[in-house]
Amino acid sequence: MAYVAVKGGERAIDNAHAWLAEARRGDTAVPELTTAQIAAQLGRAVDRVMAEGSLYDPALAALALKQAQGDVIEAAFLLRAYRTTLPRFGYAAPLDTAAMLVRRRVSAIYKDMPGGQILGPTYDYTHRLLDFALEAGFSPPSAPEMPADGAEIPPVNAILAQEGLVEGDATTDAEPGDLTRTPLAFPAGRDVRLQTLARGDEGFLLALGYSTQRGWGGSHPFVGEIRVGEAAVAITPPELGFEIDIGDVAVTECQMVNQFKGSKTAPPQFTRGYGLVFGHAERKAMAMALVDRAMRAEELGEEVTAPAQNIEFVLYHADNIEATGFVEHLKLPHYVDFQSELETVRRMRAEAVAVKEAAE
Amino acid sequence: MKGYNFAYLDEQTKRMIRRALLKAVAIPGHQVPFGSREMPLPYGWGTGGIQVTAAVLGEADVLKVIDQGADDTTNAVSIRRFFGRTAGVATTTHTTEATVIQTRHRIPEVALREDQIIVYQVPQPEPLSKLEPSRAETRRMHGLAEYGAMHVKLYEDITRFGHVAISYDYPVMVNGRYLMAPSPIPAFDNPKMHMMPALQLFGAGREQRIYAVPPWTAVRSLDFEDHPFRTTRAPHACGLCGAADSYLDEVVTDDRGGRLFVCSDTDFCEGRRAAGHLGSEAGAETGTDMAAE
Repeated sequence: MAYVAVKGGERAIDNAHAWLAEARRGDTAVPELTTAQIAAQLGRAVDRVMAEGSLYDPALAALALKQAQGDVIEAAFLLRAYRTTLPRFGYAAPLDTAAMLVRRRVSAIYKDMPGGQILGPTYDYTHRLLDFALEAGFSPPSAPEMPADGAEIPPVNAILAQEGLVEGDATTDAEPGDLTRTPLAFPAGRDVRLQTLARGDEGFLLALGYSTQRGWGGSHPFVGEIRVGEAAVAITPPELGFEIDIGDVAVTECQMVNQFKGSKTAPPQFTRGYGLVFGHAERKAMAMALVDRAMRAEELGEEVTAPAQNIEFVLYHADNIEATGFVEHLKLPHYVDFQSELETVRRMRAEAVAVKEAAE
Repeated sequence: MKGYNFAYLDEQTKRMIRRALLKAVAIPGHQVPFGSREMPLPYGWGTGGIQVTAAVLGEADVLKVIDQGADDTTNAVSIRRFFGRTAGVATTTHTTEATVIQTRHRIPEVALREDQIIVYQVPQPEPLSKLEPSRAETRRMHGLAEYGAMHVKLYEDITRFGHVAISYDYPVMVNGRYLMAPSPIPAFDNPKMHMMPALQLFGAGREQRIYAVPPWTAVRSLDFEDHPFRTTRAPHACGLCGAADSYLDEVVTDDRGGRLFVCSDTDFCEGRRAAGHLGSEAGAETGTDMAAE
């Protein structure tokens, strides 16, 4: 009953927060986790929090994960709320992912190509057997190394583009949209769509991408390329007037290549779906590329029939901070509305009984 | 609060919100898109109302926050504390003392004045959302004042149930032009919106919309000539203060069907009791009080 207490909300909240702090710390006989440990050893969780929190800062993401007891969406929410308060110093130049320092790069459409296949640190070919040695604590031997030749690894799309077999990059001089400043409006341009997907919930995009593979808006996808690594971020401060590097961000990029039969205006060629996500996040980048391509159905003259092709449906429901807030707000008291529903149902039942009695 | 601007939002953001508010006041009932910011409270928990309040709040303001009509429900406490921390403004539980009232799901029983602003938290600003899920389409419907679908929905209710079966968030026509969601206040509160002396502002954070009803504006609950709008409330008097015209909460007192009906507007109820009005259950302060100081 204390939940909607006539009096006592203040103290109830204070006590709940105190209990939460205690529960977060857990058994004090167990050493406390440091944010440095989280940043170093739970990197994939940190990456996901940065991507969905839409803020590249591994230390803050680690802190958010600690504060949220490992609840990834809650942690992303903490980052988002912090992000709102930060001043904007400027806008970066577009990332040059072709020039990025690659730690992993695979293509599924060629056996080999310039730059080669680089497996990198992947779970792909691990056997998913619980490793009890890790439980006891385990220092891995150092991985074999070889010197990098430092050459740029050209994007796989460029190979297809030489033959004109794949659509080119759409170029525009227009300022890209920013949905953190301008509310979504429809029709939504691809810039805004990609921004929404990059911040969107991994699970939601995974399910939508998966649905396109099962026939709900199929697009015959091939992984043209996935690359993971560090890309340089450059800005041009107005007082300098020339571009300077301000640091690197780890990103995962996915170029999906899709079959396209051609239309009245375009010859048959491969179309593309694109995914770009903070950190090492292949699942998200691939799902993003699938959904990006699915949302281009109307543009490419395909019939729009599936959820993943419905731009409004995808964009309005991809954000897990919005979704979790609204789903969980059902926990808030609704007794005033429920009371009005009670009175309405009682009235309708009384009328139904009266009608039945009159008929008998 | 150290490290944060007055009332949390930076001045540029407040300016953007104020521009949206001015537009909203100029076009009563029209939903104005705005660049809703991420707030440190979850979407669906009042982020729209909080942003509007932050944009209109000044240092001399006195803020009241209610949820379900009560000042002490947990979310009202949380939002009041938020502004206590970030703006340091005076807060009150008394409707008559407040200059800004942020509310979720209720309009206070006491008539508001011209020098007051009421800010509604809105989960779904689009009154047509249950009839047409696409916002591109509903925008068009508002542009053309094409509200037939809503009239058909009301008509279908009447043919099925004999009356309109919407009990809260009952759609209203504002200034004879825009169909508007009054937010999930009980239909009982709808008449209070009509020709209200106070400025009514509505904030929907997640849906990124702001709308407004300027003072002294006509707000009509949708109905038919032969089926006029009517309100419902529990057919009882408040057990604590005896009020027979206030909106009531139904409090379950035991597991044998026992019920206590009390005013949902706690300030109104306390005011009446202080003035000597007593209900049939007065003195039997209920189990709802158990967390009291």
